[in-house]
Amino acid sequence: MTITDTPVDNGVNVEALLGARTALIETPAAAQFQWRASCTWVNGTHSTSSVEGFFGLGEEQKHKTSHTFDVDHPEIFASEDNGVTPLEYVLVGLAGCLTAGIASVAQNREIQLRSVSATLEGAMDVLGILGGDSEVRNGFSGIKVHYTVDADASDDDIRALVAQSQKRSAVFDIVSNPTNITVEVN
Amino acid sequence: MRVTTVVIGGGHNGLAISKCLTDRSIDHVVIERGEVANSWKFERWDSLRLLTPNWQSSLPGHAYEGEHPDEFMAMPELIEFIEGYAKVIAAPICGGTTVTAVRRNDLGYEVVTDDGTWHCSTVVLASGACNVAAVPDVAEALPETVDSLTPLQYRNADQLADGGVLVVGASATGAQLADEIHRSGRPVTISVGEHVRMPRTYRGRDVQWWMDAAGVLDEMYTEVDDITRARRVPSPQLVGTPGRSDIDLNALLSTGVEVRGRLGGIRDGIAQFSGGFRNHCVLADLKMNRLLNTFDEWADDEGCSDDLPEPHRFTPTAVEDEPPLGMDLGNGQIRTVLWATGFRPDYSWLDVPVLDRKGRVKHDGGVVDSPGMYIMGLPFLRRRKSSFIHGAEDDANDLADHLASHVGATTSPRLR
Repeated sequence: MTITDTPVDNGVNVEALLGARTALIETPAAAQFQWRASCTWVNGTHSTSSVEGFFGLGEEQKHKTSHTFDVDHPEIFASEDNGVTPLEYVLVGLAGCLTAGIASVAQNREIQLRSVSATLEGAMDVLGILGGDSEVRNGFSGIKVHYTVDADASDDDIRALVAQSQKRSAVFDIVSNPTNITVEVN
Repeated sequence: MRVTTVVIGGGHNGLAISKCLTDRSIDHVVIERGEVANSWKFERWDSLRLLTPNWQSSLPGHAYEGEHPDEFMAMPELIEFIEGYAKVIAAPICGGTTVTAVRRNDLGYEVVTDDGTWHCSTVVLASGACNVAAVPDVAEALPETVDSLTPLQYRNADQLADGGVLVVGASATGAQLADEIHRSGRPVTISVGEHVRMPRTYRGRDVQWWMDAAGVLDEMYTEVDDITRARRVPSPQLVGTPGRSDIDLNALLSTGVEVRGRLGGIRDGIAQFSGGFRNHCVLADLKMNRLLNTFDEWADDEGCSDDLPEPHRFTPTAVEDEPPLGMDLGNGQIRTVLWATGFRPDYSWLDVPVLDRKGRVKHDGGVVDSPGMYIMGLPFLRRRKSSFIHGAEDDANDLADHLASHVGATTSPRLR
């Protein structure tokens, strides 16, 4: 075993995050965020959604640039496949959230990551959304995530890293727990 | 009425600090709403035993001297132990007296009771950490056909309707009551969030022996990374039975208890359980193994490993492939929901601005954020053992020292 003095650097500024936590505990109103997306129908099952502004730290905030996402269904659903399905965006969101969490927790625990990759699978019986079987739910019947992590840590420490990331993940929480949704028209 | 210190609460914490004040010749009174050890007498279920073995039960100047050091006290024995202690130390108890307000004034504090007002320079809050059952908001959505009760109301399974029971929460309380109620013939489902798995015995020794020996229990509040989090950790899944059995999820599963994820909501009478259950089990298993690693490393360092059975690891928590996410609470199968979702202190009588936005007393290791005010008996107040019976001694000595220096520093010579 070699011991080096190279500081652990996963590119996460943990000091800033911990500082923000301390500050927000003192001023909880600033911790109230709102995330936003807007969507416009194009044609058929194709829509475009865009994300630019959000609210937090007591004021309006903006991403550096606005981002646009095409959403559609594949051709086997008689669609034009102008973009990935909404379901796949959910998997993308979950993957991004868990992976960001792994990097942050690793930094905080002083574990140097060499590589992190994941595959996600959402299983679904489409008879639900097609109205073909009332006993089948619309959404995923289950999601499987498989991580491959190469890091300077024991297997148990890596497992703990991935477990802690799930514990702190916003998207993991949204997908695994009920959330009230209010949809209004006009 | 005037006195140097008023101690609010005549449980083991109030008595422990009373003894330490007496030792320092500080005149004081212990105000108790009912009788000594009141909560243990009237607010606990019938079968409850301490999680700590008898040899560990001690209070300042008073150790367990019975014939069964390795057994666990049931409530009648514990009450006798605490009552005996009150007599031995001749605690100045003012029983049957309820504190209705504590206010700050120029000279210190006034403690208003239903039997007169005390004026004092210092006050110790020892009124307990478990006065009120903390029930989550989701309880409001429970169908009216289902009975709802808390561990403070529960005495034994006979008081429950025949039929299924949903126990929400899997700390020591939830796990113990799930087991007891299931054995009464009422099929139990337990809803499990973040929990602390712990074996009763490891390598032939009680887990409390390990924690004591390895110094885990003496860890100070200043030594842990995140004390706010450490103070919120639920009690471990332990029970003090003569058979030293485990009461983790695997043990509950083996008796037929159904295990589900954290209760996230109740919608249209359907309980919705979290899909994050598997991760909660993984976290608990990893944390337990980390604790066992600490024990093994301690044994190696002390050179006593060879005298003990070999290190080993327990079977990971069994989680079914697809744990059900919903349960109909309206179809008559579940008759009772028991909210084992924790407790909180009652500070409704505390008119001193020392509470944070979550209603918790702001303190630094028991020294409250108001000069001359102290608090005892909260989880990890000063040490990991603070909320145990034997945890009171070191905390009481530390806080009595602080209190004595405060009294010495603020008493003007003229008034002495």
